[in-house]
Order: sequence, then C-alpha cells, then structure tokens
Amino acid sequence: MKSFREIYKNADNKVTGIAAAPGIVIGKAFLFSKEKLEINKTPIVNADEAINNFQEALKQSKKELNKIFGFAREKMDGVRAAIFEAQLMILDDPILLEHIRERIRNEMVQPEFVVADEISKYQELMIISHESYMKERAHDIEDIKQRIIRNLQKKRWQSKIEKNLIVVSESLTPADTLLFSRREALAFVTDHGGLTSHAAIISRSLNLPAVVGTQKATQLIKDGEQIVVDGFHGYVITNPTEVQLEFFREKQERLLILQKGLEELKNLPAKTLDGKEINIEANVDVSGEIDLVLTTGANGIGLYRTEQILNELGSFPDEKEQTEIYSKLASRMYPKILTIRAYDIGGDKFRINEYREPNPFLGLRGIRFLLENENLFKAQIRAVLKASENKNVKFMIPMITTLEEIWRSIKLIQECKSELRKEKIKFDNQMKIGIMVEVPSAAVMAKEFSDEIDFVSIGTNDLIQYLMAVDRGNDQVSNLYQEFSPVVIRTIAHIVREAKKGKVPVSICGEMAADTLAIPLLVGLGLDSLSMSPATILNAKRIIRSFDFKKAKILANECLLCKTEIDIQKKVQKFFEDNNISRTRNII
Amino acid sequence: MIEKTVKIVNKAGLHTRPAATIVKLAAKYKSDFFIYRDGMSINGKSIIGVMTLAADIGSELKLTFDGPDEQQACEEISAYFERGFDEL
Repeated sequence: MKSFREIYKNADNKVTGIAAAPGIVIGKAFLFSKEKLEINKTPIVNADEAINNFQEALKQSKKELNKIFGFAREKMDGVRAAIFEAQLMILDDPILLEHIRERIRNEMVQPEFVVADEISKYQELMIISHESYMKERAHDIEDIKQRIIRNLQKKRWQSKIEKNLIVVSESLTPADTLLFSRREALAFVTDHGGLTSHAAIISRSLNLPAVVGTQKATQLIKDGEQIVVDGFHGYVITNPTEVQLEFFREKQERLLILQKGLEELKNLPAKTLDGKEINIEANVDVSGEIDLVLTTGANGIGLYRTEQILNELGSFPDEKEQTEIYSKLASRMYPKILTIRAYDIGGDKFRINEYREPNPFLGLRGIRFLLENENLFKAQIRAVLKASENKNVKFMIPMITTLEEIWRSIKLIQECKSELRKEKIKFDNQMKIGIMVEVPSAAVMAKEFSDEIDFVSIGTNDLIQYLMAVDRGNDQVSNLYQEFSPVVIRTIAHIVREAKKGKVPVSICGEMAADTLAIPLLVGLGLDSLSMSPATILNAKRIIRSFDFKKAKILANECLLCKTEIDIQKKVQKFFEDNNISRTRNII
Repeated sequence: MIEKTVKIVNKAGLHTRPAATIVKLAAKYKSDFFIYRDGMSINGKSIIGVMTLAADIGSELKLTFDGPDEQQACEEISAYFERGFDEL
C-alpha cells in the first residue's frame, strides 16, 4: 500500500490548502460562483413594470433571507443569527430603495443595472476604509446585492443544486454554508479563509471534510468533475487517476472500519491498561459542535472559547445575550461540566480597532484587556455566574502573568456575586475558578498562582510560542515551534508538580493534547485531563486504553532527561512500537 | 433644525449592530436625520448608508435633525451614542 506522501509527491492534479475539517470524500464538484450573474445596461420601455419586478425581487429576497435566518436560529444561537438582521434591514432601506426606483424611472434602464450600480457605490466607500472589518462588511453587502440581482433575473440557485455534491467556492458566507449543509453537501473547498472561517467552523460542527484557503481551487476545479477531498492533509485531487481513486477508496474503507471501532469506545472510559482514568474533555468554538461532543462521550467541555462569539457577531454581546448563550450550553451539557473561558482577545485573535499594537502577542490581550475594560469583563462574569445555576459551570481566565491579575479578577467575581445576591438572582456560589497557564511567568509561579484558584489548564499553543519565542504562523521560524522540545516537556512537568503541591487539578487544552503522539507522554507527566477538538476524542481514548500508566511514567522520566527534541521524539515513537499502539496516520 | 456633535465612546466603535439600532430609532420619527463625517453626509434612516461609516472610538460625528419631532429624535439618538451603544 502506498503512503499519502507517495500519492501526493508526484501528483500534478492536486490543489493544496489548509486541512480545516477531517475526512476523505470522493464526489462531484459543484462550482458555486456568485460572480456569474451578467448585468447589462439594457434600456426598458415600461418603468412601472420594471419597478414591479424590482419590488417582487425584494419580496423574494426577503423570503429567502428570512428562511436562512430561521435555519440560522436553529443551528446557531439566537444572538449569533443576528448577523442576518442588518442584511434584512437593507431590503427595507427607504433611502436606498427610493433612490433605485427613481433612477429606474429617470434613466429607463434595467433594474439590475441600477441595483448593482447603487449598492456598489456603498461597497466602494467601505472598501476604501482602512479597517479590515469594513472589507468584510462590503463582502456581506455583496451577498445582498447578488441576491436581489439573481431574483430580478428570476434565477434560483437553490433549486439547481443537486444533493450530495462537494461545494467549491471562492469563499462561503454563513448563509451559503448553512444552506448547503441543508442540501446534504459532502464537503467544502474554498479559495479563501482559514481555520476559523465560517466554512471551516460549520464543517467541523457538521462533521464534513473541508479544505480551505487553497487560493485557486475555483480556477483549477471544473464544475461537475470528480474530485477527492482529503480533509486530513489539506489536499484536493482533481480528476483522479485509477491508481489514486483506488488508494482513496481503500483509505475510506479503513477509515470506516476505524470509526466503527472507535464508536465502541464512546461509552468506555479513557482508562489506561493498569486502571488510571484520564478525564477527556472537548474544546468547543461554536455551539453547533455540541452534538459532536455528546456523541464522542466526552466528560465535558474543557474549553469554550467565548471570543468566537465576537467573531461571529462582529461585536460584543451584552450580558443578557451572553446569559442566553451560556445557559443554553450549560443545560445542554448538564450534568457534564462546561468550562467557559473569558474572552481571550488580542494576539492573533479578534483585534480591537482602536489602536494597532506593534507587538500584539506581547500586548493587551487576555486578562490584560479584560482588566482594562472592567465593565465588559463584569458583564461576562455576571452572565457566566447566572449560567452556573445548576452547578456544572467552571470559569477560566486566559493569559494570567502576575498574581495581581488573579487577585483583581477574583475581586471582580466577588463583586458580581454580591450584586447578583442583592438582585436575588441564583448562581453557584462555589463555581470553580481556574487560570490558563500559557505564559512562562505563570509556569514559573505555578505553585503560588494555583494556591489562589481551583484548577489550572495549560494552553500549549501559546506556552510553546512564548517559551521558544517563535511565531508558529511565520514559516521562516516555525520549525522552532517544537511540541517535544525538552524545554516544553520540562515546563509542563514543572507546572504539574507545582500545582499538585496545592492539590489543584491540571489539564491541558492546547493542540498538543490532540497530538496522538504526545498523549502517552502527557499522561506520564501526570496530567489529570486532556481537552481537545471533538473529532479527535475517540482516537485519544483508543490510545489511552492501550498502554500502562506505569510505563508512561517511566517514559516521561526518561524524556525529562533528554536534551533535544529529536531524542524525545525517538523515545516516544519507540514507546508506540514497544506497546503496539498504532497511530491514526498509519492506520488510514 | 438641531445640530449636535457626538463622540463614539465604546471600544468596538460604530459596528453593524449599533448601526441597525440607530436606523431603527430614527425610523420612529418624522424628522430628517443626517450624520456628517469627514465632509460626507449620510442619511441616518438608511442602514446601508450608516454601515459605510467607519467610526472608531474617539471619533466625532455631527448629527442634524430637522422636522416636527426633532427635539425628541435628537434626545433619544444622541443619548444612545452617549451610552456607548449600551456596550460600556
């Protein structure tokens, strides 16, 4: 059997992108392009009739958007679905609509020309702005413009879409992604977007493979041709050869067998052969992922990233909206635990447009931002407290660097509690408060910091970046981002040891927890729980269930003596061989 | 006609949600309502118009109200700006 590397190495029919959601799919490509609508400045003879057509198109567009709004409410939270509200309001904009009608009358040209011309003027105004969010806004408006024009031309793309296709598009709006998922799309491929684009997030939540950020998929892939989407490695194969097809079919079969085998693990605990149980939890971005979390048998949510709400809303939700989101999540998870992390804003995530920091990763992010914006922080704390009513909510604070930050946060939490008590609102007075250890200073001070709180969660992505002083997104230095560096392993060991002196449980919620190779080592280092993306949980259970904790401890101790990353990797690989544990990549 | 200068005080600025609220508030009144920024005038009753305004924290906007209920319109809308769009 060939390996993936061999298949991809010499393939001249591959399109490279970012692996955004796992899985392998072979199917027919549907090239979804919104730019195809042709607009002519054709003269008209009857203005009334043209205006009637325009009104009809508006009505139809409203009907469509309302329907999408409905799906959105079903799939997302009510609050998040509000993205579509502004779009709906544009269809009722008295100034815009009157102006369009006037121009149709005066210029006697087809309404679609006037609609395109008028709305484009506003888009240009948005695009010349330097703010990146204005460009996104222009993109949102493109959606509305195309919708009206399409309806003027009486085209309905929904009806043309067959079921079971692979959607290939430049980019996908939330509306598109939701609609396609209703048409049982098999997979998504896009030119633009990264791991946090809508297509990526929704694909993961629906368990559909996705490859995003390919730059040129829409140019290289032809409508209707057969393609293979490999969401594990981030490749699309166009017009596959017999050899390639055979390869991927066999991989699919193996994957199916693997998944069936994994499904049996759903209700089994993540227990080592000698009986040490590891708590496996899920990292969650959007509430749509909850179904997946529940089907993998995770013990709870170890990390709910609330800044994701901002990405979707484009703004800060108020206390009431947050309470709604958090309470709904908490009750769906009940009696399992929901760990809500306070907004981790800054760094590479959700920028506040007021001031461009020269060095955002070393700037106002996480708790630093929250303490500068106390009212915003307090609104979040109050909402989390309200959601804690059934005692299954924990609260976690990101980017803690000093003891003072912990004290100030706890003081604010106390303030919120006494406010709520006065207002006679119920909450869990014992709600557990934890910190993320993701900055070297917090790692060094792990003992003192954990004396103040109830639990510790290690965020490996940032911790490694800060320890190694490396931006993992920068190709020129990303080879220094070493999960198995002795620096990283020793630091994790130190955090676990120090936190355990105060009997504070330690978990890990960075991507390292999902690296199957790292699991025995992390367990051996004494971590009590691992939190990872829902799609990887069953596989992690499989691995944990195939070795002895005793042996993992020996492995960890040996690795703590190693001086280079290569030495550690070799030891870990040998551990897999010695204990006959197969890794996912080898299996499929 | 009433003129009033307001300042954006919330962190996120005049983003889509406050834009929608401003337009909804303005729709309740008969008076004309315009927003002036950098020499541009935007009809405050037009959502697509208000959405073209990239107004960050600290930026100042001039509002004008003209009509039978200009006083009430001015009070309600400028109060919404001053409250930082209820995001403070």
